[in-house]
Amino acid sequence: MTVDQVRTVPAAPSTRTRLTRVLLGRDAAITALLVAVVLVASLTVDNFSTATTWYFLFLDVFPILLIALPMTLLVIAAQIDLSVASMLGLSSVLVGALYENGWPLAVAALVALVVGAVGGALNGFLVTVVGLPSLAVTIGTLALFRGLAVGILGTRAVTGFPSGAQDLVSAHFAGTGIPVVMALFVVLALAFGVVLHATPTGRLVYAAGLNAEAARFAGGRVGRLTFWLFVASGVMSALAGVYWTLRYGSARGDNAVGLELSVVAAVLVGGVSIFGGRGALPGVVVGVLLIGALRSALRLADVSSDVINVVTGVLLIATVVGPGLVARARGAARRPGTRPSAGAPG
Amino acid sequence: MTRVLRRRETSIALALVILVVVATTANDAFLLSSDGFRDLLLAPSLLVLLAVGQAAVIITRNVDLSVSSTLGLVAFATGSMFVSSPGLSVPVVMLLGILLGAALGAVNGGLVTSARVPSLVITLGTLYAYRGITVIWAGTDRISAGDMPRSFLAIGTERVLGIPVVALVALVVVVGAGVYLGYARTGREFYAIGSEPVAARLCGLPVGRRVFFAFVLSGTLAGLAGVLFAARYATVASNAGTGLELQAVAAAVIGGVAIFGGSGTVAGAALGAVLLATIDRALPILGIPDFWQQAVVGVLIIGAIVLDRVLAVRTARRLRSTGVAEAVRPLPAARVTGGVP
Amino acid sequence: MVVNRFTILKGEAMAESDDEPGPTSSHPGASADAAPATPAAPLGPAAPLGPAAPLGPSTRTPAPTLVVRGLVKHFGPVVALARAELEVRPGEIHALVGENGAGKSTLVKLLAGVYQPTAGQMLLDGAPLEPRTPADARDAGVAVIYQEPTLFPDLSVAENVFMGRLLTGRGGLVSRKAMRERTRELLATLGVEIDPDRPALGLSIADQQLVEIVKAVSLDAKLLVMDEPTAALSGVEVDRLFAVARQLRDRGAAVVFISHRFDEIFALSDRITVMRDGEHVSTQDTAATDTATIVRQMVGRAVDTMFPRTERTPGAVVLEVQGLTRAGTFEGVDLHVRAGEILGIAGLVGSGRSEVVRAVFGIDRYDSGTVRVDGRVLAQDGPEQAMRHGLALVPEDRRRQGLHTDLSVARNVALTLRRRLSRGGILTSGAEYRVAHEWAATLQVKARDLDAVAGTLSGGNQQKVVLAKWLSTTPRVLLIDEPTRGIDVGTKAEVHRLLDRLAGDGVAVVMISSELPEVLGMSDRVLVMHEGRVTAVLDRADADPETVMSAATGTVRSAVA
Repeated sequence: MTVDQVRTVPAAPSTRTRLTRVLLGRDAAITALLVAVVLVASLTVDNFSTATTWYFLFLDVFPILLIALPMTLLVIAAQIDLSVASMLGLSSVLVGALYENGWPLAVAALVALVVGAVGGALNGFLVTVVGLPSLAVTIGTLALFRGLAVGILGTRAVTGFPSGAQDLVSAHFAGTGIPVVMALFVVLALAFGVVLHATPTGRLVYAAGLNAEAARFAGGRVGRLTFWLFVASGVMSALAGVYWTLRYGSARGDNAVGLELSVVAAVLVGGVSIFGGRGALPGVVVGVLLIGALRSALRLADVSSDVINVVTGVLLIATVVGPGLVARARGAARRPGTRPSAGAPG
Repeated sequence: MTRVLRRRETSIALALVILVVVATTANDAFLLSSDGFRDLLLAPSLLVLLAVGQAAVIITRNVDLSVSSTLGLVAFATGSMFVSSPGLSVPVVMLLGILLGAALGAVNGGLVTSARVPSLVITLGTLYAYRGITVIWAGTDRISAGDMPRSFLAIGTERVLGIPVVALVALVVVVGAGVYLGYARTGREFYAIGSEPVAARLCGLPVGRRVFFAFVLSGTLAGLAGVLFAARYATVASNAGTGLELQAVAAAVIGGVAIFGGSGTVAGAALGAVLLATIDRALPILGIPDFWQQAVVGVLIIGAIVLDRVLAVRTARRLRSTGVAEAVRPLPAARVTGGVP
Repeated sequence: MVVNRFTILKGEAMAESDDEPGPTSSHPGASADAAPATPAAPLGPAAPLGPAAPLGPSTRTPAPTLVVRGLVKHFGPVVALARAELEVRPGEIHALVGENGAGKSTLVKLLAGVYQPTAGQMLLDGAPLEPRTPADARDAGVAVIYQEPTLFPDLSVAENVFMGRLLTGRGGLVSRKAMRERTRELLATLGVEIDPDRPALGLSIADQQLVEIVKAVSLDAKLLVMDEPTAALSGVEVDRLFAVARQLRDRGAAVVFISHRFDEIFALSDRITVMRDGEHVSTQDTAATDTATIVRQMVGRAVDTMFPRTERTPGAVVLEVQGLTRAGTFEGVDLHVRAGEILGIAGLVGSGRSEVVRAVFGIDRYDSGTVRVDGRVLAQDGPEQAMRHGLALVPEDRRRQGLHTDLSVARNVALTLRRRLSRGGILTSGAEYRVAHEWAATLQVKARDLDAVAGTLSGGNQQKVVLAKWLSTTPRVLLIDEPTRGIDVGTKAEVHRLLDRLAGDGVAVVMISSELPEVLGMSDRVLVMHEGRVTAVLDRADADPETVMSAATGTVRSAVA
């Protein structure tokens, strides 16, 4: 009746088998792509392989890297947060407005982080308690948070932040092009990576994304997990807002408009499935760097910054559509006329 | 279709009337001046077109985020055609513009139906890509009034019986799309697909073809909006229409189109668009800086979906308790003996 | 000895185990042997069916409307249909019976064009029936009523009836009036009062099923397939449905009727085809057979061999439920189970039995009543709380609730243990592999390795993974819903041995099953539910099929014998 090839007790695969699987996996492929892009760019684009290039590359992608960490967990858990860039903007505006009114910068930043947590909690509440789809909720809070940001400052910009703080943000480790803030990212990435890949909570993230009902039957508190993921997303977005304010020395209501798309694109390019349950944090970090490297290489090669948006869009579609099309073509070739019943639109 | 849905449209219309009355009381130029009346109809027209297309797509349980980029690309292409081929007549250029929109919609629809990837992701990608093409093409150039024929620009300003032509076009589209979705066989199938995709397949509906057409419809209307954008504003830069995609989704959702498909009407989406645009104009008159407009939109979106959810939960609860009557009606049997402690 | 009386309804002859050939090997190939000689000449696997070679006693048999020959369907490694044969004549109601997992629903979906066969042939009125989509099947003249209603909640009843071929009026526009009137007529012929203009959202399950029936009737199909249409219907509604089915038959349609209720099968059908393990077993005239024969063919083996039973002495009450009520679902449910005891719960689909264990385990909330474990009240705080108190639930729907079909075997098994396996908050794959290996070995899960994706295993091995996942938590109360649904015979026996051993080790087991022999064979006590209430609690000695089925169908008159 069954077609199990092997009749022995299944064992853990050997280290070698596991290594092979990693090397044939998606993370390895995207890393190879990153290496290839860097190599080709280094050889063909003048000034690409300089410390300055890397310095600016890291500074530019830093906010995306920060927000991509919680976004990875959210998307793996089959949720999405489109309000991140608006929260970044709101956080930036709060830092600016409070600082302008004489608050110490550190306190203003702290308030921004708290507001980030509250905003994330609002998303989490609407999704887990009210039971709304996260897509709809975060489109709403995207408008709301951005609206608050724009409402508070209007079209004004707050500038004149203390140079000490600004210098700290753009400082780099002596002799390298690596900004100091990257150390913060490494710490955070390790924290998120460990949670996702080596804790019970991480296992639940995957389980919830693949099948929330079965995860609940296995004793997982899926609602609570989802709620805290949204809070984490709000806090990290607010942190990115603080960074953005100091990095560009300007707090404006329209800071980072549209950045949520870059983050989602990076997460998907990094191998996370939009359907949830699949993907890994290293892949996402590489995905962000890949997009960043591509952008800076193109910029150095005098390609206009606008082409880069097209590249991002096409890359996004290609990485997401490609596997599905390949699988489908393969399936069609194997069994013509057989169509799985799954695959609702949307 | 049902009383509940009809109630949503009436409540939006009511909110709109109240808003207009309040704003007019604050400053009677809001409605009673000639410009005021014109703006009341003109301001929402383009958004209405986008919202109608968006409603058709959302009803099939999809979403089209690329509409604003489609609008921008078509607007710029329309202007460029006047510059590069002065020989083309105005109607031909307009038609080509609309066809371009349809083609861009077809790309979305093709990708969504062939790759089985959520439309959110696909149209997020094309949102970037279409905008990028516009920016590459336009650079820092902009099309200005001098580049376009006077007869074309007249479409943006002319009125018939005091009603702006652009608003009339929007009205015709609302009626046409409303009749299609409400009364055409294929239009009704949009609702079926969005309401229960599995059942739609079991019913033998051509799900892929209908979803594809919904995207083409959305692209076509975005194209039309792009053409009218060029005519009305007389200048087109590469950023034309940026950000409108969220307003279009918001308009549909506020107007009662369920974000997960299957219910809502084109008229509701159109009313939602009118409400949004009118709020935009009314805020300054009411002494609120118009910077807060977006925050109001956010509150309205969240309010609308929470309201839908609360109504749904209430219905479900009511059904569960009426079910009791069935499940707990007296049994025909005596209780059988048993070892209950 | 007593166990083997599995006649399901009163008044039918009982099968005696002595008539059976000894313990049959539980191999699907043994099916032909197990089919006893019946007057209607059972169709052996070697006898092909078809218009060219009509079988059966009558030589004046009309050409069959539907012929299914050697139909095979694989889903990856899982064989859903091994070799199905079916022949339905015009003007006939043909019952299709078999245990869960026998392949009936797969056959229905092949007829409906939902799936396409791996091999084999279907003929409708002599012409090949090869529907690639449900629309193809419909256009060819096949109407299907599925087990679960597939309506569009947002659309009106009338639109639901006509979706896919909406009626149009002037100007090619959809005519709501025409559909409303036609629907009203059709509803009237069924004697049903449903407003054609109301949305399908909020219709009771029975009303939804009736709308499905109206839909099928409106097609005026050559072949009407009804896949357990009565599961959710009350007596009056069933009678109405039967009247409609007979009407259609008298008009010359061929009707395929699937049901687990033998009274319905014998009341309605002209012939019966039995399936087992995806294969055809027999086809016979209803008038010439009886329930016992049919059941024996469905099960295909002597029951005694199936149900191992070691002596055990029940200990103290571990789980005690009192007055558990969830509005509209179940009402005033009392039950208790002791350590080392198996409590079987019987009842029809929709009787509330699964809902009760879900509520006990904390998946759903209940409105009133108490759940006690070891005498202490278990608060309503979700499954995690229940697990902490030693409860485990193996749910009925394996692929949706029991298993993560896209996760590896190791991750599935370790999911319930993820907190216990972690050290200082860190969970390593090594720890997961160890526990998964141990349990995979104990239960003899067959898989390539522990990284194999659970969804690629056969049904039986998937169920073993689910069992491993829960047994690894060393529960004191095991709630198990449909322990052997859709798994092969060999694994079935293993699962039964396992449950027996667990009870012997002092675990309190609550087992829900739709298979009466399983309930009777395994349980120390049997609790029967009907329409959300407990209608009987029977000791093993008192639990005979007749009493249980009477309590389950609510047809008890004087069952207090």
